[in-house]
Amino acid sequence: MKSYALGIACGVALGTSGAAFAEPQAEVLHYWTSGGEAKSVAVLQEEFAANGGTWTDMPVAGGGGDAAMTALRARVLSGNAPTAVQLKGPAIQEWYEEGVLADISAVAEANNWEAVLPASIAGHMKCEGTWCAAPVNVHRVDWIWANANVLEANGIEMPTSWDAFNAAADKLQAAGIIPLAHGGQAWQDATVFEAVALGILGAEGFHKAFVELDKDTLTSDAMVATFDQMRKMRGYVDPNFSGRDWNLATAMVMNGEAAFQIMGDWAKGEFMAAGKAPGEDFLCASTPGDGFLYNVDSFAMFEVGGADKQAGQALLAELVVGKNFQKVFNLNKGSIPARTDVPLDEFDSCAVLSAADMAASSENGSLLPSYAHGMALRGAQAGAITDVVTAHFNSEMSSADAVQMLAEAVANSM
Amino acid sequence: MADLSVSAASLAGQSQKGKVALRWSLYTLLCLFALFYLLPLFVMITTSLKSLDEIRTGDLISLPREVTFDAWRTAWSTACTGIQCEGVRPYFWNSVLIAIPGVAISTLLGAMNGYVVAQWRFRGANIIFSLMLFGCFIPFQVVLLPMARVLGMMGIAGTIPGLIFVHVIYGLGFTTLFFRNYYVSIPADLTKAAKVDGAGFFRIFWSIFLPLSLPIIVVTVIWQFTQIWNDFLFGVSFSQAGTQPVTVALNNIVNSTTGVKEYNVDMAAAIIAALPTLLVYVVAGKYFVRGLTAGSVKG
Amino acid sequence: MTKWLEENTPKLVLAPSFIAILVFVYGFIAWTAWVSMTRSRLLPKYEIEGFIQYDRLFASPRWDTAFGNLFIFGTLFIVIAMILGLVLAILLDQNIRTEGAIRTIYLYPMALSMIVTGTAWKWILNPGLGLQAMVRGWGFEDFTFDWLVDPDMAIYTIVLAAIWQSSGFVMALFLAGLRSVDEEIIKAAQVDGIPTWRVYTAIIIPSMAPIFLSAFIVLSHLAIKSFDLVIALTGGGPGYATDLPATYMYAMAFSRGDIGQAASSAMIMMLVVFAIVVPYLYSELRSKDG
Repeated sequence: MKSYALGIACGVALGTSGAAFAEPQAEVLHYWTSGGEAKSVAVLQEEFAANGGTWTDMPVAGGGGDAAMTALRARVLSGNAPTAVQLKGPAIQEWYEEGVLADISAVAEANNWEAVLPASIAGHMKCEGTWCAAPVNVHRVDWIWANANVLEANGIEMPTSWDAFNAAADKLQAAGIIPLAHGGQAWQDATVFEAVALGILGAEGFHKAFVELDKDTLTSDAMVATFDQMRKMRGYVDPNFSGRDWNLATAMVMNGEAAFQIMGDWAKGEFMAAGKAPGEDFLCASTPGDGFLYNVDSFAMFEVGGADKQAGQALLAELVVGKNFQKVFNLNKGSIPARTDVPLDEFDSCAVLSAADMAASSENGSLLPSYAHGMALRGAQAGAITDVVTAHFNSEMSSADAVQMLAEAVANSM
Repeated sequence: MADLSVSAASLAGQSQKGKVALRWSLYTLLCLFALFYLLPLFVMITTSLKSLDEIRTGDLISLPREVTFDAWRTAWSTACTGIQCEGVRPYFWNSVLIAIPGVAISTLLGAMNGYVVAQWRFRGANIIFSLMLFGCFIPFQVVLLPMARVLGMMGIAGTIPGLIFVHVIYGLGFTTLFFRNYYVSIPADLTKAAKVDGAGFFRIFWSIFLPLSLPIIVVTVIWQFTQIWNDFLFGVSFSQAGTQPVTVALNNIVNSTTGVKEYNVDMAAAIIAALPTLLVYVVAGKYFVRGLTAGSVKG
Repeated sequence: MTKWLEENTPKLVLAPSFIAILVFVYGFIAWTAWVSMTRSRLLPKYEIEGFIQYDRLFASPRWDTAFGNLFIFGTLFIVIAMILGLVLAILLDQNIRTEGAIRTIYLYPMALSMIVTGTAWKWILNPGLGLQAMVRGWGFEDFTFDWLVDPDMAIYTIVLAAIWQSSGFVMALFLAGLRSVDEEIIKAAQVDGIPTWRVYTAIIIPSMAPIFLSAFIVLSHLAIKSFDLVIALTGGGPGYATDLPATYMYAMAFSRGDIGQAASSAMIMMLVVFAIVVPYLYSELRSKDG
């Protein structure tokens, strides 16, 4: 009797919406290939499978997504776009302008995304009003990490101003400890730069400079001061910093070789994986300055044919913003959930601090997109700024010249 | 073989001692160069046999205190290249499926083209050859986007045949060059005589040129195999899940930017990815030089 | 009909390859030229807008570095690899007992992909982990070999790694050439009492001109392809000190969604290659004609 009713129900359902019974399928292009990240994404895959979906993994590692973007472009041009792609920031809207993204507003509305996501983050997931991407997490970029023992042994507190940082750094250098562990790759230089810029320019100045690309702000004295501070930072890193991977710099802080590292909260994942405890072995704090620079990873859904794939996209989007995935993925990755209603009792003290800061900065308008991590600007402009930052950091260029170069590079990149 | 060393000594009237000294310095020089060439391989192998602790605490060229093959096992079958943690094994097979047909087809085409250009001079043949040769110089990044479009239109984007197609096209310049240079040194009278005997185009190729071609076939196969097997750019752009070659897997393992960098696994994976080509060079190396000697490089 | 078929078989056989090259090489170069005149960003657009991309290109300091590096790297790499290959070939030609083994040792680096080469050398050249650290550990406290992290010297590390990879192959080419020189001429020269070095410089090396052509083609091809090597060894750094036009183009096209820029840089790169390779090819092939 029951099965008969079920049969009728199925028949009715089939009759009304054929797509509902398609086998959800998704080919997912991403660059989360290391052990920890891969395990986190595996959670999504398991949930997807548990809901009847088939996940085809297409990982392409390296360079913060460069190789993945190459593969994506080739796939889109050949008319064979993947179902979901790990994309973030204005790149999502850029792809939308090329007309290749799908509309997942139905899923967003059914799951009330508007209510559970902070406004600025929701903004990134929308393309001209319709939802086109699903946010996975919120990384905070402007963190400063420190080796607790080294600080205590040298009588230093976590700096709350850049002058305090400089004073602490001088003290550490005198004691033979590398003040700042740094990896000399362009994106890391840019990360430090934007943290410094936020502190010196302030939230509004940051927005003017790196979101609006206002020429006056880019050539202002505050910007010159930012480059001056960067020149100082250059003196606080060890001679072998060039080309070093970020996690090796974190290791330097862990083993006491260096005191501080300015890096996003994925560094926390390194500390935790090595068994260090926040507050005891390592300290986390916002870099000197008022504001919160965020980096939101997300999956963008591309226009694909076939009910299977479209069902896959809907299911994927739903699961990504689901409470369980948001909790588990972020516990593993070191970031905090994009969803504001996920209970944080299982998260560590740094994550809780991050979430509180995010709420506070959202209130007072200092929740800002990271330019160094592709959230504030399109690739061409962000790249142009980074070129200047890294050239300045790796040479004897004066701050005045750097500011001039910055203005020219931005103008040239439009 | 030009035996100049003995004559050099006798001509110069050097003493026995002088000759020995010369020999010794010659061998020393050769050894120094050998060390230069071997150093990276040595570092790679020893690192792949060490445990992570040893790598952190030891130095670059120290031999492993404790030889362990764990890194190799991991690299082959359990390293994570994404969500799947199956090592490089599945991708290895993809590379084989791409490389073998790719090498075979481009070699065959190169042979036929070289034969035409070298032996069947017609008006404009040299210009055509030069135009084809120029194809060796095009940087692959330039062709990525338009090729993606074309592959899509042909319906073979993301497939193994698609990758074979791409590699064949861009290997044509070199394979034609190798065969043409080789066939040019075969006297034209041979062809003329055969024509007089009534043999046609293909007959002459099959019975005269092909049998003579073993050395240059070896050279071409080695070159093409290396190019195709080691290619990364085409592999990453024109494949999809399931058709990615081993270089893409290697990149995923080596360039994952979070988590602990497992140098030993990276090195083991790199060596595994390089084994087929290394094997080819070690085994066929002497045929390689023989092939080049047999006139392939002369105009 | 069959007569026509018979007469034109050679052309027909050559045709598919030739047409393929026309389309996939020259056609694509034309496509790139077209795109370099547009405002293409993420994906190609086809409305011609003039030379703005070239204006932007020449105003970019990073391009200046990349372009300069092409000449530094290209020249040093090709010249040193040729010389080294020739020297090694001459040395190996001296009746060495373990020739086979030594030759394999010199040749094997060619088998490795550039990613593998770059990764291995990155480690060796790292001041803190590699050669410098090791020699210092032996007691030579002042030994410095930090080219890799020095913006002015980093490009030479690329030259070093590239030479390491390719000189063995050049050596094999030259060795084959040396061995195929006519014995009679050499014997005659020796009978005349000409010293060995003279025999090499006056007779053997000049007769190897075609091999220089092949070596030049192979090395130029590798120099242009050195994209993988730069990415693996220095990532274009420190800063962008080791950028080459190939990596610049890649960054513009794929990291920055600025395909118009990428296309213009590619066209300049092709022009340079054209300007160098074509005259050389022309002179070589012309002299062999007839």
